[in-house]
Amino acid sequence: MEYTLRVGGEAGQGLQTIGGALAQVFSKIGFHVFTHQDYMSRVRGGHNFYQIRFSEKEISASRDMVDILLALDLDTIEIHRKSVRDEGFILYDSEITKKKFEEPEFIDIPFKKIALDVGKKSVMANTVATGAALGILDLGLETFRNVLKKAFEKKGDEVIQGNIACAEAGYNYARKNCPRCEAPEIREPENRGLMLIDGVNAIGMGALMSGCKFYSGYPMTPSTGILNYMASRAEEYNLVVEQVEDEISAINMAIGASFAGVRAMTGTSGGGFALMVEGLSLAGMTETPIVIAEMQRPGPATGLPTRTEQADLLFVLYAAHGEFPRVIFEPGDPKQAFYLTNKAFELAEKYQIPVFIQSDQYLGDTEWTYEKFDLENIIYNDYRLREKDLEGVEVYKRFKYSSTGISLLAVPGEAGKHLVVVDSDEHDEEGHIIEDSETRIKMVQKRMLKKLPLIKKEIDPPLLYGDSSPKIVLVGRGSTYGVIKEVVDTISKDHKVAMMHFSQVYPLPERDKFDYIELLENADLTICIENTATGQFAKLMRAETGFEFTHQILRYDGRPFTIENLKEELHAYI
Amino acid sequence: MPTSEDYKGQVPAWCPGCGNFNILSTVKQALVELGIEPWEVLMVSGIGQSGKLPHYMKCHTFNGLHGRTLPVATAAKLANHSLHVIAVAGDGDCYGEGGNHFLHAIRRNPNITLLVHDNQIYGLTKGQASPTTAQGTHTKIQPYGVLEEPLNPLALAISQDCSFVARGFAGDQSYLKELLKAAISHKGFSLLDILQPCVTFNKINTFRWYRDRVYKLEEEYDPYNRLKAFERSLEWGDRIPNGIFYKSERETLEEGIPTIQEEPLVRQKFSIEDVKHEIDKFY
Ligand SMILES: Cc1ncc(C[n+]2csc(CCOP(=O)(O)OP(=O)(O)O)c2C)c(N)n1
Ligand code: SF4
Repeated sequence: MEYTLRVGGEAGQGLQTIGGALAQVFSKIGFHVFTHQDYMSRVRGGHNFYQIRFSEKEISASRDMVDILLALDLDTIEIHRKSVRDEGFILYDSEITKKKFEEPEFIDIPFKKIALDVGKKSVMANTVATGAALGILDLGLETFRNVLKKAFEKKGDEVIQGNIACAEAGYNYARKNCPRCEAPEIREPENRGLMLIDGVNAIGMGALMSGCKFYSGYPMTPSTGILNYMASRAEEYNLVVEQVEDEISAINMAIGASFAGVRAMTGTSGGGFALMVEGLSLAGMTETPIVIAEMQRPGPATGLPTRTEQADLLFVLYAAHGEFPRVIFEPGDPKQAFYLTNKAFELAEKYQIPVFIQSDQYLGDTEWTYEKFDLENIIYNDYRLREKDLEGVEVYKRFKYSSTGISLLAVPGEAGKHLVVVDSDEHDEEGHIIEDSETRIKMVQKRMLKKLPLIKKEIDPPLLYGDSSPKIVLVGRGSTYGVIKEVVDTISKDHKVAMMHFSQVYPLPERDKFDYIELLENADLTICIENTATGQFAKLMRAETGFEFTHQILRYDGRPFTIENLKEELHAYI
Repeated sequence: MPTSEDYKGQVPAWCPGCGNFNILSTVKQALVELGIEPWEVLMVSGIGQSGKLPHYMKCHTFNGLHGRTLPVATAAKLANHSLHVIAVAGDGDCYGEGGNHFLHAIRRNPNITLLVHDNQIYGLTKGQASPTTAQGTHTKIQPYGVLEEPLNPLALAISQDCSFVARGFAGDQSYLKELLKAAISHKGFSLLDILQPCVTFNKINTFRWYRDRVYKLEEEYDPYNRLKAFERSLEWGDRIPNGIFYKSERETLEEGIPTIQEEPLVRQKFSIEDVKHEIDKFY
């Protein structure tokens, strides 16, 4: 059993409220939910939609075809009518669309009139519409009541009761006026509610649980969600969150805070990251731990501000002058985003390097459901030295040579009388400026060459899903994880097929634990799937391992792959 | 009590006779007289001749990028407001490359001190015009003379209600020391613009040139009068006033952040147990 609902309308009409409420209702009942949003870069008007797919079994991607279309305006009907399945429904209010539809799939529900009659306020039309969608499914009214109670807690009883009445009215109206729907008899799952979380919140929560205490950022879609999350949690968890004048300041602040002794993070998207590049190099030279979330959207320049792409991989990989180690993670789902953010902090602190969480609009905004995150697996090691840790150290040297290349990281002012000196110029062990070649060589070896092999050992191999000795391998990284996984599920009956997904993309994992190159070489078809025009990961693989994929499937229209569209693209090869 | 010797760092690599030497020794004296120990001070600097100053002292040092002094200094202060944070910059560094950060540091008003070594020239890169170079000055890059109006840092800072605005002269160390002590002691963002002769590249604004012009603001001058302060900040030419032009009492950035009132951020212990319940919000 599975259903897909699409809520469409103009920006400002409350799509997120309706979509968000439906997603919550389904996940609280215990269904697996997958939502995704498609919106334009404008605050009012235009056309946007919010899509919710729910199922008894785990799901991880969006479909093109929908079962229920909830249309808040006429545009939605015109644009999405063809996506409605034959047995599906289109819910609308002919008073709003100023047009009546007679075809059997249409159900005209007076959202506005009911809102005014029952709730005395036209803004409650959204609640009526949400209730109506649940009515068609004959599902979840009780849960929706609770969602409404919680949502309007602060607004008082009158607002709560009005909304509940509107929800019931919408629900009942849909049930009575739906000639085609016999009760679909959806069985409510046995398990209690699942957790529902999207990519940006998962990154934010990952940072919070990794001991991140300082976050600086400048708003830029789609990274703003992380800034919002951190700011909303500042008071409860004693964080300092600063909205800065530009991204140059954002990264320099993160570096300043980290130098002064607290775990720090910044986040942005491609254009903002372009401004951070100089600061990235500073983190590299000063060996200051920082975590940077780079949330991709299509470029170049301002590109498609609210859409998705994966085309910053090579930019982030090669950004900044000079040579220094960095790590890039590309989570495939919110759960991976959570754990990889945690691992990002661990590696940043342990090796005193910049670490990237690279994701995109698609994953940032998509909500997934989970049984739970296992918090026992969270890593937290404090690598910084304070008061007692430096007792017995005669002269503290910030950049002291060592066999691992890692030197003691002291906290200025908290380490007794020891002084912490750091420089962006090449420096000696104490941190003072030098120009001689001997020290330079030693410092490059310390910063870079000694640490690199150790860092490589920390990187996990790619995930293999499906057949264990596949003839067809679909390779992806980052946010294409969910859709490739579902496609593998659907075609595995007829093919020996597997997904190979990289979420730890740089440095590429070593091959001692799992020789993924050998596995690829033994397959007949290896297809690299990316949201870029040039296949950046395929290039990286070739450059680092010499392996060349037999084919590539690339999408660069600013939209994510859907199950139907990826399957269709695969037809050319399978 | 600290002594000047405690603050002794590496041997400076500045040109003999450079105004920076006087600033260096005066900064050390001011800190000694205020009874501040080297491990209580964090100096953050950018790139330029001024940027090297912290290396010639002993204290916590972050010598970062050209123009980026203030974001680093501000964040370090937020992370640990028990440190005395002193930002050191050049006129090119702070008013050119870092102009945007300068404006926003004034708005934020963190309790840090900004010392600008204002030699009206780019020293380290060998004599190009800086934002404070006089109009008409000829350099290799400005063969017709500088076309732009020089930036007036004091007037700019006063116009933005910077909480402490002062000017000193590297050739008058005893007064400079008083100004430094006042700037460091001031609660809020304090700007001390220091006239610093560059003996190698600035042949106009020499020690002599300044000595002939510089004078102190009168005893009865009221630094809390913003309009008067603005008026005096426009004085430049035959007579150049030094002193504390403007002061205002504003809440500092740190004071406005409730989460660091009881304890500096850096001293707050973290335990995963304290944040685990966060996950419940997603059910
Ligand atoms: C991003 C960047 N641009 C340019 C430079 C080159 N540079 C180094 S110092 C400097 C200007 C120095 O002038 P000023 O800040 O007035 O300091 P001074 O040397 O006169 O004390 C420049 C342009 C640099 N280091 N970084
Ligand atoms: S170039 Fe000018 S500012 Fe730099 S050290 Fe020499 S005299 Fe001083």
